Amino acid sequence: MSYNWNWPIFFSPVPSGETTYLFWLIEGLKFTVLLSLSAWVLALIVGSLAGVLRTVPNRFLSGAATAYVELFRNIPLLVQLFIWYFVMPELLPKSMGDAFKQSDPLFQQFVAAFVCLGLFTSARVAEQVRSGINSLPRGQKSAGLALGFTLPQTYRFVLLPMAFRIVIPPLTSEFLNIFKNSSVATTIGLIELSRQAQQLVDYTAQPYEAFIVVTALYLMINIIVMSLMRVVEGRVRVPGYMGGK
Amino acid sequence: MQLIEIQNISKWYGEFQVLTECSTSVAKGEVVVVCGPSGSGKSTLIKCVNALEPFQTGNITVNGISLSDKKTNLPKLRSRVGMVFQNFELFPHMTIIENMTIAQEKVLGRSKEDALTKGHALLKRVGLVEQTNKFPGQLSGGQQQRVAIARALAMDPMCMLFDEPTSALDPEMVNEVLDVMVALAEEGMTMMCVTHEMGFARKVANRVVFMDRGRIVEDAHKDEFFGSPRSERAQEFLSKILSH
Amino acid sequence: MYEFDWSSIPGAIPLLLKGMLITLEISAVAIVVGIAWGTVLAVARISGVGILSKLAALYVNLFRSVPLIMVILWFYLITPELIRAIFGAGIGDIRLASALVAFALFEAAYYSEIIRAGIQSVPRGQMSAGLALGFTPGQTMRRIILPQAFRNMVPLLLTQAIILFQDTSLVYVIGLSDFFGTAYKVGDRDGRLVELLLFAGLVYFVICFTASRIVKRLQARYAID
Repeated sequence: MSYNWNWPIFFSPVPSGETTYLFWLIEGLKFTVLLSLSAWVLALIVGSLAGVLRTVPNRFLSGAATAYVELFRNIPLLVQLFIWYFVMPELLPKSMGDAFKQSDPLFQQFVAAFVCLGLFTSARVAEQVRSGINSLPRGQKSAGLALGFTLPQTYRFVLLPMAFRIVIPPLTSEFLNIFKNSSVATTIGLIELSRQAQQLVDYTAQPYEAFIVVTALYLMINIIVMSLMRVVEGRVRVPGYMGGK
Repeated sequence: MQLIEIQNISKWYGEFQVLTECSTSVAKGEVVVVCGPSGSGKSTLIKCVNALEPFQTGNITVNGISLSDKKTNLPKLRSRVGMVFQNFELFPHMTIIENMTIAQEKVLGRSKEDALTKGHALLKRVGLVEQTNKFPGQLSGGQQQRVAIARALAMDPMCMLFDEPTSALDPEMVNEVLDVMVALAEEGMTMMCVTHEMGFARKVANRVVFMDRGRIVEDAHKDEFFGSPRSERAQEFLSKILSH
Repeated sequence: MYEFDWSSIPGAIPLLLKGMLITLEISAVAIVVGIAWGTVLAVARISGVGILSKLAALYVNLFRSVPLIMVILWFYLITPELIRAIFGAGIGDIRLASALVAFALFEAAYYSEIIRAGIQSVPRGQMSAGLALGFTPGQTMRRIILPQAFRNMVPLLLTQAIILFQDTSLVYVIGLSDFFGTAYKVGDRDGRLVELLLFAGLVYFVICFTASRIVKRLQARYAID
């Protein structure tokens, strides 16, 4: 194979001349991180709520939460993204839909990707939170109620603090997934990392350099997130409990 | 005056009936021991008293307040009924003193200082004041159960429910917990205890309730129960439990 | 209010079925090759042979750290070069070939982790018992450990298959007409994207929901044994 490696390509100016290809990559990294982190916050909030609701002794609430989780788990991420991006604006009240469609394309792409990734991941977070709560001894809930806590107080002071400690390891893998899954936003044109990789291939005809660097950036994100979560895990460790000695 | 009044309680899990028309009562200052073979429904019955387990028919009143009344504020009622569980159920993510104070603050609305003072005093009383800042997982089972009793007492309960408080303990730790319970009984605390510890029952109980297959088979003064149990099942149970 | 018009779907059924065939083809190849190659990786990883287990770990961690979309694009980039290097000249449409390779190698990394956990769930005494009977380590693995391990992990392998089935839609990025790609193209052509996208979502939901119910039932049955 004869391939002309050209690593300095990252420092040459883009066609418009304003900046370099390196800056494109940085821009992509920025959007990948921004999108993933904001969607992660949404996923944690909605997912915790849905996960808790699945465990409450109320058929209607737990049934609704189950339906929510099943809906978001059984439709491919890409299909969900296209539905948020292409379908939702049409189904909104006309004035809102039109306003959305006339807004900055970057804004449209980001909002659709944010809602999509956040809710998609929330269904997975909900499953982890539910199994975390269910893995606690049944007596813990009784003990909370017996002390006079209301059910919401029992969740807040007794069940959730332990459940969240238990689900940190599985949540770590969901957190990693959200960064990887954010690449799906390339399909609606959001300029995140994998979109920029494709752009560089188109513009520079140096595909390997672009792909290698972008892949390395994803690896780097992975390592940072894992070390971060390890620190969190250490911080919330309970002395004398399970692996927490 | 009867502090706890259990009237004709029946309870089903689906098709399966776990309690059948159970009636008994506990007077103020009285100690009642509930015993019976495993699966006889005694734990379920005691959990009905503070409405941790729902029941379908009958009624229970605690200090004159009816549990079946939809208007009854259950959390408020429970905060005045202490309960001690088989598996301690301390909150593992809180230190011992936090376990002691959280409900005082969040349920009774006491100030942090008052809650701490009360917590320390009670820890001292159960002989665990030096464990104040440890986590439950760092204590032995017997120590955890003593903290659990102290935690319940911190709420100034009008009565205490014990659900097999010693059956998850290693044998050498049973006595330290029973000693606390005996002292409590001697102070005049109203107590309802599900337990197999017949020595404890002989020492401090006023009455013994014997259950079998979801029914209260015997409900008698302790001397009567140990001296001449009327039912065959109770005789059999006593001979089994006393022979080992 | 948006006015739905579903009329372009019936006519597109043959096309959509053809797309579904591609979706199923990629899924099937990825499941079969993924499990086979994944087993090799898992066994290599717990073999205790230094270099082998390190290489397997590197492979698995690398593939698990990179988005599937990047993997698909990578193989779309590399595969033509490889084919040219092997066969001398370019041959036809390599999109399907590159997607098949990408999915098989990618899924193997995920399957290998499931299989590794399954193998490690078999009590260690089983290995000793096999060796004590005179089996070689390889024989013990093949005849004693793996059959038990696979039994334990059937539900997880199937769940992964459902995820993989959903993920095949990502071949959209290299323009392959799988079920989703076809639905999108038909919707785009007829100006009925809303209906086609909702229809595609519904089809995926019905298939995946049904499949996950079946897996749950299997799981319950295995749990009883």
